[in-house]
Amino acid sequence: MVPLNYFLILAAILFCLGVIGFVMKRNLITMFMSIELMLNSVNLTFVAFSRHINVLSGQIFVFFVMVIAAAEAAVGLAIIVAFYRNRESLNVDEVDRMKL
Amino acid sequence: MTFDQILFYCLAAIAIISALMVITRRNPVHSAMFLITTLFSVAGIYLQLHAEFLAAVQVIVYVGGIMVLFLFVIMLVNLEVVSTERRFNKQWIIALIASAVLLVEFGYVIVRGGKSSLLPPVTGPAQDLTRKNSEQIGLMLYQNYMLPFEIASLLLLVAIIGAVILAKRRLASDK
Amino acid sequence: MFNQFFQVSDIVAIYPQLLLALFGLGVLIVDLFLDRPWKVLNAFTALLGIGYATYALFQIRRFNVSAYNGAIVNDSFAVYFQFVFLIATALVIFISARYLSIEGEHRGDYYALILFSLIGMNFMVMGMDIITLYIALELMAVSEYILVGYLRTNRQSNEASLKFFLLGAFSSGILLYGISLLYGISGSTDLRVIGQKLAERPANDPVTLVALVTLAAGLLFKVAGVPFHQWLPDAYEGAPSPITAFISVAPKAAAFALTLRFLFIALKPLQVNWVPMLSVICVLTMTVGNITAISQSNIKRLLAYSSIAHAGYLMLGMIAGNDYGITGIAIYFLVYMFMNIGAWTLVVAMRRKDLIGDQIQDMSGMFQKNPAAAVLMLIFMLSLAGIPPTAGFIGKYYLFASVIQTKHYVLAVIAVLNAAISLYYYFRVVVVMFMNDKVDEEKMVLSPGVLTTLAVTLAFTLIIGIYPDPFIRFAQNSLSLFQ
Repeated sequence: MVPLNYFLILAAILFCLGVIGFVMKRNLITMFMSIELMLNSVNLTFVAFSRHINVLSGQIFVFFVMVIAAAEAAVGLAIIVAFYRNRESLNVDEVDRMKL
Repeated sequence: MTFDQILFYCLAAIAIISALMVITRRNPVHSAMFLITTLFSVAGIYLQLHAEFLAAVQVIVYVGGIMVLFLFVIMLVNLEVVSTERRFNKQWIIALIASAVLLVEFGYVIVRGGKSSLLPPVTGPAQDLTRKNSEQIGLMLYQNYMLPFEIASLLLLVAIIGAVILAKRRLASDK
Repeated sequence: MFNQFFQVSDIVAIYPQLLLALFGLGVLIVDLFLDRPWKVLNAFTALLGIGYATYALFQIRRFNVSAYNGAIVNDSFAVYFQFVFLIATALVIFISARYLSIEGEHRGDYYALILFSLIGMNFMVMGMDIITLYIALELMAVSEYILVGYLRTNRQSNEASLKFFLLGAFSSGILLYGISLLYGISGSTDLRVIGQKLAERPANDPVTLVALVTLAAGLLFKVAGVPFHQWLPDAYEGAPSPITAFISVAPKAAAFALTLRFLFIALKPLQVNWVPMLSVICVLTMTVGNITAISQSNIKRLLAYSSIAHAGYLMLGMIAGNDYGITGIAIYFLVYMFMNIGAWTLVVAMRRKDLIGDQIQDMSGMFQKNPAAAVLMLIFMLSLAGIPPTAGFIGKYYLFASVIQTKHYVLAVIAVLNAAISLYYYFRVVVVMFMNDKVDEEKMVLSPGVLTTLAVTLAFTLIIGIYPDPFIRFAQNSLSLFQ
């Protein structure tokens, strides 16, 4: 049996990598992937807690987070495509009319 | 060390290394591939935690759906431009410091808290959740969590509408 | 059909939402059969849906139903905010039709998305269960991302929605991390149970503090508190103006209501911890919002920074956390809805065929061209600045008085100073309108929809300012938050 803390620390590491990736990366699609990384770490936390306290609602939450991730991915990637149609690069520094 | 622990260490190592690759690779296709690896290893950890249903959904929806969509869009947009960009911008030092602080804080809290009073004792009903995982989730979803389930259906409809109107080309007849 | 998991009270509680969903789908279907000149009928369909939903809500307003095993509660706090959202959405639909025709993007899905995002907001104020709350929040947010980028051939609109989306999704991630820790601490998804479990834990427990900080960061992103506000001016500037009017009022109120539920139900035991934190954020938000607004030359950005400052004022009510503070937040949103949508409507009306009309200079000589519109803008600006006898004064009075009651004198002084600073930039707009000569000859065209919205917003801005008693009693409904 692996202790709960191990799962939580793994999730914390993944979460921080996601945050670092989001802040540091200058490519829209990888920024978006970093967000997916963060969501995954949250999911892992939920599942670990759910197992530890023997209540299933955490897994239900994860299921909904996945639904939302799918919806966000569809909309987010559509926004990126629309953006790309009007501009020829995906470099965030080129979102220059407004400072990020 | 038990087999369980060895398996966990392997999966965790794969997850962390490929997550690192996701955020450091220059080419988004490589990033996407490493993200898929991370997702697979997290699915493995779900299996370890007896969340079989979620492990399956993770592979089917995340890897099979969302990541394929990502790859699709990466292919659709101009890869030449994308891959020659600068990898890091000037904010990276700040990001690194902030995240390091965050990680130390999380780690400290979780390790310390675990030893003292981080978690409540097992509070749930005395049922065995490791068996018939999908069945139990299904029941819960349609009984206790029916409302979020319905709202999620609206959310998916919105996502469909959004994807269609945003990504559709403007037709001449639209003018 | 009915069993222990699905009862009559469940349908009653969500009846207005069912109607909205039905009409949202109806708009999508009816749109297929409408030719270009008839697209305006979509707006009527949507308004009809809002009308029915308002009526349904009016009928169940006193029922105080708790439905779906306590996952949602239609208490008077929720009902009050739902009325605010419904009115705001109706006002925005009135001003959308002409704007969309000018942009050449007049389609039914716009109205459907507005209705769906309204459903999300309604569930956000009703929710007592973190799963429902989170899904509702995302329903609102995803609809907004699409609406902000609705002008899909407009580069600015694309950029705005892109940035809004990326930061919104990022903040959702952070919020979720906080929620996951709360879940781990309490083992429940119910806000009330979380509150009980947190109360049992020792004070200054490190895990709860991390949960609090991450949760607060996520929520502050949604209400655009400094330092998490950078997305807001860009999203407001790039979005279609009617959508900006919408997202500056309704989703912000929804995010505040959600934050109130979290703070006063789940995180109530941690009040000693979050009050100092929120105080710092509040001062920063007011000050940065107002000072940055001074240097803006674009009216949309000016109003955006002013809305950041207003979020700061609203935080005063949370810090006070007493009856006055909560009533203040409630009445402030009612007032803010009218005056802010009014001001934005005039910005929408300035949109002419070849001129975006979003620079402050574009308003030059408005008094010569259209005195009525200039006077209206003056009234809305006075109200935003909080000058009696306009409605804005009542809102600010309650919020400022609440922190004085709880003896946060420093905060009160800073807030008053900020209100004084804000006078400067609101009056700059007025000066341009009244003192400068007109830049072009083109007349302002006020469509019937725009006129309706202007009339309603003007009327309420003045009535609430002059005779506030019934509205204050109305706002006191929100005090059921504490029960």
